[in-house]
Formats: sequence, structure tokens, C-alpha cells
Amino acid sequence: MKTMVYIKDVVTLKLNQDKCNGCGMCVKVCPHAVFNIEMGKAEIVKQDYCMECGACALNCRQAAITVLSGLGCGCATGIIENYFAGNRKDCGCSSC
Amino acid sequence: MKQKNRQMIIGTVNTPIREIPQVATKLYWGAVKVRWLIGRDHYLVAPGLYATGKPDESSDVFVTANYKLSFDHLRKNLDGIDAWILVLDTKGVNVWCAAGKGTFGTSELVHRIKVTRLGKIVNHRKIIVPQLGAVGIAAHLVKSLTAVCPKPIPGTIKQSQTNINPRILGEIVDHGFRVIFGPVRAKDIKAFIQNRYQTTTEMRTVTFNFSDRIKLLTVDIVYARYKLFAAFAIMFLLSAIDPQGVNLIQAINNGLTAMILITLSYFTGILITPVVLPYIPVRMFAFKGLISGFFLSGILFLTGDLGVGYFGIAAWFLLLPAISSFMTMNFTGASTFTSLSGVKKEMKIFVPIQIFMVSTGLILYIINNLT
Repeated sequence: MKTMVYIKDVVTLKLNQDKCNGCGMCVKVCPHAVFNIEMGKAEIVKQDYCMECGACALNCRQAAITVLSGLGCGCATGIIENYFAGNRKDCGCSSC
Repeated sequence: MKQKNRQMIIGTVNTPIREIPQVATKLYWGAVKVRWLIGRDHYLVAPGLYATGKPDESSDVFVTANYKLSFDHLRKNLDGIDAWILVLDTKGVNVWCAAGKGTFGTSELVHRIKVTRLGKIVNHRKIIVPQLGAVGIAAHLVKSLTAVCPKPIPGTIKQSQTNINPRILGEIVDHGFRVIFGPVRAKDIKAFIQNRYQTTTEMRTVTFNFSDRIKLLTVDIVYARYKLFAAFAIMFLLSAIDPQGVNLIQAINNGLTAMILITLSYFTGILITPVVLPYIPVRMFAFKGLISGFFLSGILFLTGDLGVGYFGIAAWFLLLPAISSFMTMNFTGASTFTSLSGVKKEMKIFVPIQIFMVSTGLILYIINNLT
């Protein structure tokens, strides 16, 4: 079955190819196959598939990747609870 | 909790350090109960090191969370494999969500490697972490933080520097643990081992197919039940209003109808919409729920279940889609492909719409009772 795609052109994922050393860690940790290694450098091939989990940025030792990841998932319940309870670290949601 | 742990422990494995509990790789029916949140708080596994089969110093080490379902998935899929399981303390939360919160993280993994003295139990320096744990675990930091170097010769280097990067000392006695990110799903572990510890794109990719969605529904349904009861209470109170003041019989009659209608829209948003998620041709979850809520209202209108008053019918055409929209919007957290930026964007558009629909709907419902 085809992967479901969420809203287009909103993802904050950015890659600085000048810093990239082509180690391929981003490819290994991405759950949605967003990256590809081409000519010894990483490239973003499916930007809209990114769910901003933050695994690539955390595991990039060159700090070539940035993404605003929050709690690692896009969760309306978490956003609502944070809005009312202040900036709590935990989303308090029991489905995660 | 202790009793639960005892049931799954079937023996011990001897190591130079201490005896390690050996766990069964065959499971019972605990997984069914936990999905319905029955006693979910008790489904914790004590953090530490466990064994499947008869592992020795060269056996693989697999890392997991101390949520019992995560642990059970792993040990079930290690059936027939002699391996070590390192359970991190994630406060009973699964790997992915705990990684997002940071509890399944670099510091907990490094801490757990040290307190279990894993480096003395295995002679290799390879540790297999489920790929979704990468959200919280930085592989390169685990390696440098678990590296060990001898005490510096006095005067050659400052003591404080030894905590920064052991490599600057040149002489290293332990290079630290190399994290290998394994497959997303534990069922792929055997294929992953056969593939010489390399994941394929398929093993790395998260899906959100029909069965994935069904599994998550039960948790969400039970979780949101208090919001549902609050809505019932409000509708019973509003149903009591009538032109002469308060009418208790009307409160019970209309309140019960309202309860049924709200329950239907609740399940439309939380159950039916997620099941047919890919077939509703819009991207935003709140919009998907709104559409299916309108469908529900339309069906109930045609069957005459929305009553006969114009204001009442209009009220339900606003309330039911709004409830369904809100519930589906909350399913973004259970889905595996929504980004934070995307959810923020759809909430900016749809939360005001939902608030408008609910408040207008409630006013129309009161007007209907007064005319």
C-alpha cells in the first residue's frame, strides 16, 4: 500500500549539504525514507513525507540537519495539553 | 508487577558478573488486555539485563523500553535466538514515544550500560537499538560516552578533560559501544541478522496500514471517554430548558437522544474516520473528521433521527461534524506520519471552526427548546 502523505510544504526539515560528509546515518534512522545519498552527499528526496521526528538531526554528527521536532510526533492532544498546562515536557497522552 | 515478572522468567544465565534472568519467548494473552488499558499502569518491566535462550559473551544485545508490550514483542521475536535484552527505564512508555520524550535516550542508555556492567558481560562492543529509538539516541554520543580510558598521568592532562572526550588521551582501553539501528518492527529481527545486521529500506520504513490503525483505535476510544461523559452532562442540562422554565421529562427524553447522537459522532470521528482515513480525499485530519461528521448528520437527517424542529436539525448539523472533526484531529498523535508543523497548521484553521460550530450549535439547540 502507498504511504500516506500529510499536509504539503509545511515541514521544517533543512539540510546543509556543505557540512554533510555522506556518512548515511540520516538514511539509516529515517522512518519515512526522506533521505538519499547521491555522489557522497545526503539529499532530501521526499520532504513532504517527513514527520519531524528529529532522529536524523540528533544522529548527524556534522550538525548538517535541522528540524523543529517538538516531542517527536505531531499530536493535536499534546498541543492542546501543552496550551493549557504550560510548557510541560510530557504530552500526557496515553496513546503514546 | 513483581508477580508479572516472575511469570515470564523461566531461569537464569550465568555470567562472570552475576546471574541474569532468562525470559520466555512464548507469550500469553496479556497483550490483548493492555490495548484496552486494562491494568495498563501495571505493565512495566523492571529495567536491566535479561536473556533469551542461553547467550554468552559473544551474543547480540538488543535494547528496548520497559513497556511490557514493547518487551514482549521483542522477546517473542527472539524465539530460538540466544541474545541479551537491555531494558531501559522509560516509565512504561513504548520506544518511539519515549524516544520523543527523551526517556529512551542517550543518557539512559549509557547509564544502563554502566549499571548492568554490560562491558564485562559481553566481549564485543555492538548494541542493537530499534530504529525508532534514534529519535532519542545519538549513536555517536553513546560510543564516546561509553568509552573508557586509563587515568591520566598527573600533570599531562587535566582531570576534568577526561570527561569530555576520552580519545584525546590517545590510549583507550575500551572504545565504547557502537549503536547499530535495527529494524522498526521486531518481527524483522531474524531477517536483519541474516542480512548481516543491515536494515533494508522496507525494514526502516514506518507503515500506517489498516491493521496498524485498528490496533490504535481501542486505546484512543478508552482514553477520550471522560470528554464524552462531560458532553452528555451538558446536553442533559440544556435539554431541560423549555418555554415554561425547566422540564425534567424533556430533559431525560431529549438528553437520551442527544447522548446517542453524540456517541455516534464520537465514534465516527474516532473509529470510522481513522479506518477509512486514506479514502477521504483531503489531507487535514480535522477536515476528514468534519466530512465524515457531515455524512453522519445527513444519514441521521434522512432517517428522521435529528428531530423535526428546524433549529434542532441545524444544531445537530453543526454539533455532530464538530465533534467528529475534533476527535479525528486528536488521532494525529496516534498516526505515524503527521508532522508537528502540519498539526499546528490544521489546528490554526480548524479549532476556531470547531469552536464556532459548537457554540452556534448549542445556541440553536436552546432556541429550539424555547420555540
